[in-house]
Amino acid sequence: MTGAGALRGVGGRAVLRRNSGRVFLALCLAAVLAAVMALAVLLVTVTADGIGRLSLDFINSYPSRFADRAGIKAALAGTLWVMAFTGLFAVPVGIGAAIYLEEFAPRNWLTRAIETNINNLAGVPSIIYGLLGLALFVRAMDLGRSVMAGALTLALLVLPIIIVAAREGLRSVPPSIREAALGLGATPWQTVWAQVLPPALPAMLTGIILALSRAIGETAPLIVMGALTFVAFTPSGPGSAFTVLPIQIYNWISRPQAAFQTTAAAGIIVLLLVLLSMNAVAVGLRMYFERTRRW
Amino acid sequence: MSAGAIARERVAARSRKRTLRRAKEWPIYAFLFACAAVSIVTTLGIVAVLIEETANFFGEVSVVGFLTGTEWTPLFTEKHFGVLPLMNATLMMALGAMLVAVPLGLLAAIYLSEYAHPRIRSVVKPVLEVLAGIPTVVYGYFALQFISPEIVRFVFGGDTSLFNALSASLAMAIMILPLVSSLSEDAMRSVPQSLREGAYGLGATKFEVATRVVFPGALSGIVAAVILAGSRAVGETMIVTIVGGNQPNLSWNPLEGMQAMSAYIVQVSLGDTPRGTIEYSTIFAVGLMLFVVTLSLNVLAQWLLSRFREAYE
Repeated sequence: MTGAGALRGVGGRAVLRRNSGRVFLALCLAAVLAAVMALAVLLVTVTADGIGRLSLDFINSYPSRFADRAGIKAALAGTLWVMAFTGLFAVPVGIGAAIYLEEFAPRNWLTRAIETNINNLAGVPSIIYGLLGLALFVRAMDLGRSVMAGALTLALLVLPIIIVAAREGLRSVPPSIREAALGLGATPWQTVWAQVLPPALPAMLTGIILALSRAIGETAPLIVMGALTFVAFTPSGPGSAFTVLPIQIYNWISRPQAAFQTTAAAGIIVLLLVLLSMNAVAVGLRMYFERTRRW
Repeated sequence: MSAGAIARERVAARSRKRTLRRAKEWPIYAFLFACAAVSIVTTLGIVAVLIEETANFFGEVSVVGFLTGTEWTPLFTEKHFGVLPLMNATLMMALGAMLVAVPLGLLAAIYLSEYAHPRIRSVVKPVLEVLAGIPTVVYGYFALQFISPEIVRFVFGGDTSLFNALSASLAMAIMILPLVSSLSEDAMRSVPQSLREGAYGLGATKFEVATRVVFPGALSGIVAAVILAGSRAVGETMIVTIVGGNQPNLSWNPLEGMQAMSAYIVQVSLGDTPRGTIEYSTIFAVGLMLFVVTLSLNVLAQWLLSRFREAYE
């Protein structure tokens, strides 16, 4: 009798253990589902709110006091200008830093300091970069609230991301390639420039696109740096005043009228479409080059 | 000259040429080093800028008054510079976001690392990455147009203000969830398979392996992920600016509007505050607080990762 009772006890515990496992799995699934649902609800809300406001006129109009006439022409042009210069500054410097750290840096305290520093910079809130841009580029270097000052601010912001991506690209090239080039008499720089960099570029490119898509969505640093919130012109050059898409959207969100909320939603759809296509290009590039890789 | 001597001479000439070529390359190496040094200059620049303006600020306001004052009214005629209301708002909203995002993120990470079929994983992971890539201004819109009216008002009654700390927390939770889940999933997947197999061999169920072998085995990475997510929430700006309420308010009630540190910086930046005024200096003093808090969290996370890294090889 006691034996059977003990057996039932063991069986009961096994059932309990199995059931608690099932409950736990259900919880895990629910968590994943919650995240996916959140994304779905967000996209549906924004689309439902803004799709009716979307038109060629919306993309081709300047902002206005009247919600139904307001458009994103100035903001879109500002975003393009700022991104072009951000890329111009951040990409060469980011790749240069990555090459130095990955290929040439001696293993000493300075290199370790630079690496730790890059890790820390990646965690600095973006609004702090805005304060840096305000004090350094806008005031000290006297660039004013210009495209140039905004681009430099964002370039510093995305630099750590580009460096990390570029280093991963360099690391994906096997050392045998370097050894072969060096063995044939190439100098270290010739090795990197002609043999390591070309196959590493695709992987780098993916990371660079993702870094720029991060910069496109940034609002706070540019507000703090002093970008304008109401601009009825497209920038005429790097010294021009500007606004960008996220700031324009924020400006509409912060107005009390419901019609401006709809306009903001339409702006968000455009912003998300731009980001989505950039991400699609990045993923496509990654897949294409993974298939055509030689090793 | 013998053939051997000629050959030696040629080799020597070639090697001289190579040395020369190398010597000509030094500007390139200098440029590459300069690129790497930009990061150091950036950090020094941030610290210098913040400290310089903060020093101006503390020329007029006492440090103790700033850190312990409970009233923040620098834009009024009667000025008070107590940062506690801003600090409290920042910490409350960040904590609220963590309370939601950490359990959900960890459960999602366990699912992806231990349970999910590879095909499901390859679908769910990119979806979470999309969440991480959505601009914060979009989350702000979502919080104001959906979370506040449809969720917070539904649960806590229709007379709740649209601008409240809870809505900001919930939106931030969605934003930082992918950060928690992907970093802790990485940590869990680095726990070696042999530990799992050993536990199965002793009769453990999948649930027990996940919670008593994998989770503790990855704990340092998980804690670091949680801290990094907290640091992100503390520094987050647009969500708390749009839906947080934007009035300094020292309160424990998450249904009230309050102003976070980052939101104050944006509020001042939107106005035209000339350089040299005390208002201009306040944003740098508040910025320095924000910088110190996030930097300490990041350093703590990195220290945890390097100090307690579970080395399995």
